[in-house]
Amino acid sequence: MTAAALGVLLAAGAGHVAATWRCRSPWPLARTAAWLLGLAAAGVAVAGPARAHHDLHAHMAGHLLLGMVAPLLLVLAAPVTLALRALPPRGARRLARLLRTPPARWLTDPLVAVPLNAAGLWLLYGTGLHTALAGRPALTTLVWAHLLVSGYLATASVLAVDPAPHRRPVAVRAVALAGGAAAHDVLAKVLYAHPPAGTVGAEAGARLMYDGGTVLTLVTAALLWRRWYVSRDAVRAAARPA
Amino acid sequence: MADAHARPPARRRLLVSGLLLGLGTAGAVDEIVFHQLLHWHHFYDRASGAAGLVSDGLLHAGTFSAAVAGMALLADARRRGRFVPALWWGAVLTGAGAFQVWDGLVHHKLLRLHQVRYGVDLTGYDVGWIVPGVLLLAAGVALLLRARARPVAVT
Repeated sequence: MTAAALGVLLAAGAGHVAATWRCRSPWPLARTAAWLLGLAAAGVAVAGPARAHHDLHAHMAGHLLLGMVAPLLLVLAAPVTLALRALPPRGARRLARLLRTPPARWLTDPLVAVPLNAAGLWLLYGTGLHTALAGRPALTTLVWAHLLVSGYLATASVLAVDPAPHRRPVAVRAVALAGGAAAHDVLAKVLYAHPPAGTVGAEAGARLMYDGGTVLTLVTAALLWRRWYVSRDAVRAAARPA
Repeated sequence: MADAHARPPARRRLLVSGLLLGLGTAGAVDEIVFHQLLHWHHFYDRASGAAGLVSDGLLHAGTFSAAVAGMALLADARRRGRFVPALWWGAVLTGAGAFQVWDGLVHHKLLRLHQVRYGVDLTGYDVGWIVPGVLLLAAGVALLLRARARPVAVT
């Protein structure tokens, strides 16, 4: 199952590079680098620490890579923008239509995507699911996929790097991000106080989850506000005479 | 830009910026001094129950998010040439004082979520926690009133 997961990541990397060749305008190298680094972070997590179910400290390193570092890098790569520019016109129109459908709009709304991401984490560690994953490779792969995808949707909905039909105001996105971070912090402390059955290193793992989550949320918040500061609306409002 | 009266929306943004940065700074000082340096507070206090965990997580995420947002709004106010020192500093002190008083009165005393220190008589510590908060709050409100009564020329 690990080989299959790594295969999917490799395919995603190859697909991105192929799309940059077909892209109708020059594609920034930094975005391609972010995409490949994001996939690499996910690959490292899947191949190594995320598999350590019993050692919560190593497991949390994998969890941070797969659920926070990789999604942030993948979002910064603006994959939807690339797809819209690389697909033939009919395909691009179809993708744009798909993004405007109600389910796509809900999943890219920070008030839905961030709580979904947090709820998934609480389900994983708050119930017996984490313990039940040991020795069940198919279920484990499914949980990894969920962690990566829901982390991506939450980060994408907050940062809004790709075009979104109904973007929430910056304050709403910042509050959603802070709410998600609070749920992450509380869960880390709960894990510290009540580690899942059959695990070691819960105290170090919980601290890593708390501190790593803080650092990555700070980076995301800084990027969010930086993007607002240089956004067309904010610059235009600042230039308007009194 | 010489402008004696910053427009109301710009003033409000500067006020919000100061309040958020004040909250964020007070929260950061609390974490750095009492958790990291003095070790009076711990990552997890066995004494605090589930409500303590939730309030800790909310405060931690809320204060650092507030600090980042406050810096962005401050940068925007400065870009607009609308920085009014008395207004902004008043808001910072008000935010920091409000955080300290709220933490000392509501969290520590009313809800009894956690305490300044454990295993000692708390009276002196509580006074030492709340009185500076009240002073900060009073200084902040006084500055805000002054900025309101007499709009300062913007440089």
